[in-house]
Amino acid sequence: MKRQIPLIITFSVGALLVLAMFIPHDPFAAANDELSVWFDIIASFAFILGGGNLLRIHGDKIYRRRRDWPYSIVTLGGFLLMLGAGLWSGAVSRGNAMAPGSLFQALYVAAYAPMMSTMYSLLAFFVASASYRAFRAKTREATVLLLAAFVILVGRTPVGYHLTSWIPQPFEFLEIPNLFGWILAYPNTAGQRAIMIGIALGIISTSLRLILGIERSHLGGD
Amino acid sequence: MTGVERIELWIGALLTLMVYSFLYRDNPFYKFAEHFFVGITAAYAMVLAFWNTLMPNCFGQIAPSLVGHVLPTAAENPANPVRWIPLLFGLLLLARLVAPLAYLSRWAMALVIGYAAGANFTRYLQSDFMGQVRSSMVPLLVRDAGGIAYGSSLSNLVLVAGLISALAYFFFSKEHTGMFGRASRFGIWTLMVAFGAAFGYTVMARVSLLIGRFQHLGRWLGDIF
Repeated sequence: MKRQIPLIITFSVGALLVLAMFIPHDPFAAANDELSVWFDIIASFAFILGGGNLLRIHGDKIYRRRRDWPYSIVTLGGFLLMLGAGLWSGAVSRGNAMAPGSLFQALYVAAYAPMMSTMYSLLAFFVASASYRAFRAKTREATVLLLAAFVILVGRTPVGYHLTSWIPQPFEFLEIPNLFGWILAYPNTAGQRAIMIGIALGIISTSLRLILGIERSHLGGD
Repeated sequence: MTGVERIELWIGALLTLMVYSFLYRDNPFYKFAEHFFVGITAAYAMVLAFWNTLMPNCFGQIAPSLVGHVLPTAAENPANPVRWIPLLFGLLLLARLVAPLAYLSRWAMALVIGYAAGANFTRYLQSDFMGQVRSSMVPLLVRDAGGIAYGSSLSNLVLVAGLISALAYFFFSKEHTGMFGRASRFGIWTLMVAFGAAFGYTVMARVSLLIGRFQHLGRWLGDIF
């Protein structure tokens, strides 16, 4: 029963959604919309589960005085501060936690947004060393990658325009801004499309395996 | 600049410097910022899920009069007892935290997986598979008012040949030799152009974020001096 019931649920829900594509009328269409809301609600509980796990793991780390345990206090402090601010701000702003002037919005502007963009911008430094390795053009394939990346990087900048603005009019398609547009529209689209089709085929076959109960790894071992 | 804006500016700038200190090496300042970030990110996601999904779509539908005090829009709708079902499944998901009942969380996972499989099956079949194949059916000989448009014809040829050869590269049921091998080789080149473009865009996006952070630090320095 531990495995059969989940398999029945997966099949019923998956098959219903596939049917809803071929019969886009009620009750299938209504069931499709309702299941979409159910999915969002259960996914929201997954965030609560994540919060609960965070409390458990870091609480245990502090309790047992494990390595770097003081940082766990920082994690839990940040978590409880943001959670308390969010629940409070939403309650006093009639459900709009991000209301201008609320504590939650202030924490978002002061801490969350700056740290999010700083974390991502750190990659700009590491990309420099990655670029060096990628751009050594040891093989023909690496040279193609290098040229495409170079054209994309400078294609939308004034440098890109001035570098090739001297090219005579009959050969203007060789100007970097024009090459930029052509690379994006044709060879890049071809490559991205091949990847998308490959991914789509993979997802379609995996979805079928899941709905039919052939793929069961998500149910765990016992 | 108001007092609150000044506090926000200072906290943002100090946290930015703490994160950038990692460029020197791992240190307590970075670890502080990293752990703080993990905590507030988890809470941020929870808060948004609670106020944007759980309150209006679940609790607000089950008990509108009760939730109506904090969410007036919920009180306008009649009770919808069907929403007890996702609530029950959501609670089953939390059973994972209680070892003897952990197996019950599979029921909720089964519903989520079933929905994702069913929705993705149709979505990817329509948009990412059929849609992309349909968009690739372009004329290889393009004509305009002046006769054959050689530029457009060549471009379309690159698109179609590039796509077919890149797909050939992903086809592993046949050895990549002879004509098929050459097509597969051209596919690698097409993919390399796509990767180069993706790389260029990623670099641009990250550098743009970096400029944003430096502007923030500039405003902070301007506030000090």
